[in-house]
Amino acid sequence: MRHFKSLIRPYLVWSFLLIIIPLLLIVLYSVTTGGNSLLNIQFTLDNFKKIADPIYRQVFLRSLKIGLITTLICLLLGYTLAYVISGFRERTQTTLILFVTIPMWINTLLRTYAWISLLSDNGVINSFLNRLGIGRMSIMYTDFAVILGMVCDLLPFMVIPIHTALAKMDKSLIEASYDLGANRRQTFWKVTFKLSIPGVINGLTMVFLLSISTFVIPKLLGGGQYVLIGNLIEKQFISVGDWNFGSAISLILAVAILIMIWATKKIDTSEGGER
Amino acid sequence: MADMGDCIIELRGITKNFDDQQVLRGIDLNIYENQFLTLLGPSGCGKTTILRIIAGFEEPSKGELLFNGIDIAKVPPYKREINTVFQKYALFPFLNVYDNVAFGLNIKKVDKSVIHQKVQKMLSLVGLDGFEKRDVTLLSGGQQQRVAIARALVNEPKVLLLDEPLSALDAKLRKEMQGELKKIQQEVGITFIFVTHDQEEALSMSDTVVVMNDGKIQQIGTPVDIYNEPENRFVADFIGESNIIEGNMIRDCLVKFDGYEFECVDKGFKENEEIEVVLRPEDIEIVAPEQANLVGEIISSVFKGVHYELIVKTAQREYKIHTTDIHEVGKKVGMVLDKEDIHVMYKMDY
Repeated sequence: MRHFKSLIRPYLVWSFLLIIIPLLLIVLYSVTTGGNSLLNIQFTLDNFKKIADPIYRQVFLRSLKIGLITTLICLLLGYTLAYVISGFRERTQTTLILFVTIPMWINTLLRTYAWISLLSDNGVINSFLNRLGIGRMSIMYTDFAVILGMVCDLLPFMVIPIHTALAKMDKSLIEASYDLGANRRQTFWKVTFKLSIPGVINGLTMVFLLSISTFVIPKLLGGGQYVLIGNLIEKQFISVGDWNFGSAISLILAVAILIMIWATKKIDTSEGGER
Repeated sequence: MADMGDCIIELRGITKNFDDQQVLRGIDLNIYENQFLTLLGPSGCGKTTILRIIAGFEEPSKGELLFNGIDIAKVPPYKREINTVFQKYALFPFLNVYDNVAFGLNIKKVDKSVIHQKVQKMLSLVGLDGFEKRDVTLLSGGQQQRVAIARALVNEPKVLLLDEPLSALDAKLRKEMQGELKKIQQEVGITFIFVTHDQEEALSMSDTVVVMNDGKIQQIGTPVDIYNEPENRFVADFIGESNIIEGNMIRDCLVKFDGYEFECVDKGFKENEEIEVVLRPEDIEIVAPEQANLVGEIISSVFKGVHYELIVKTAQREYKIHTTDIHEVGKKVGMVLDKEDIHVMYKMDY
């Protein structure tokens, strides 16, 4: 095995060049002024102070809200779906999980445009409602449209880890629970759910991470006025050109995410540790 | 043998199909209060399926399952007064020893102080005092086994089902647990239904052994009956080692095989009926060739610890013999049989 270890070296070089250095650059940008040029930099903490501005605080809170709602809906739908799938025989399960992942083969942008043609004022749903005589309603550019798009986009990231946890679970534990007098509901909460907690935590982490930093979906389904953290960062780099502020927001987001991952891992181990 | 009370479980014509495969082909069986009953058979014979039907994890395709006279075939497992010790114990990994044992009582919302008292009593019955706070995943196989037994018995079931509970233990521990299980059964005084493929386990613990093969019951009897009076070739072959020889019943108490007539003690066969004879290797006595009808040559001798296993080749067949005496390979010997040691069985249809 030893001589295979040297095979990791190209990867180390690669990740240093493409991950570590860019990260360090973001850190550097976030604590300096002077725009995109690295020649005349000045160190400052102004970029971070700017975030305290109520406008930006609003964006952070809104992102957090949308992220939490999306994650919660994904948890409810994803757990149900994973639970139902895990009840089928093994070969059927593989097929069903494949169906869950099929949307991921198609670019997010395309899938989101598909939602536009469904939801827009002259879209499929509204023409249908109009035919029925219910009348048109505005679905586009609302929280509902954004959350709908995000839930559909991120659901597989919840289903797959939970399904994995449920599928590899020792089925005799369920039988043992029935055997000891627990009915279906009691068995689910006292045994099945407890055993699936690691999968739930993985799913929560992934969906929350992705939902809080996305920018394509809020931009397309929320419209130009709909700004989440992801859009804020995108704007700083693409249209405003304030790379320093953009880097500061990215950094804060990254740190916030790291803290959340750390906290969920902490809950995970204490759940497993209460023996 | 323990005092057995009334019939507690009755299986009537139970069959079970999985897809198009029939794993149980009509099982009729009475199980009594306070009985230690063992279902014995090779893997795939249907013994575990019977246990799972009694526990409620499988529904019989046909037939009745009576518990105290009431058909419970469709009653879910959590409503049956029956508990199971699973093959790989199935302890809850997220609960400690105490909470595993208390699981059933917690579900029934029993008073905490009563739970505490019962769990403590059960843990001391299985010899795990002081293990309450231990992590079940860090216990040895034997200890996990004891937790599983305590977790089942604490619910005071009428019947305890044990699905090959000793198969994961090493040989020495298995012997120890055999004695202990028997002791526990006598102490709590309930019915144990034990599933195993290990004949020695079955013979040393049970009041009644049910030998199964191919989804059918081959013989029901006490360990002594099963060993000494096997009803057919399968039972004779599966339980212990044996020489099985085809022959004819001349008349009551006279059997003919390998060209000679022998006195025996079996009666009730038709005249000249084709039968099979079981000779246990330890029952064949070796004498000088001129003192016996059956003569042959020793073609192999293997030391097995307590005894030697000899193979004696006669004109018709090879006999397996267990003896504590040393015999040289190549020696001509005679073989003598006591009439009690000749067990006549009905011939099996294949």
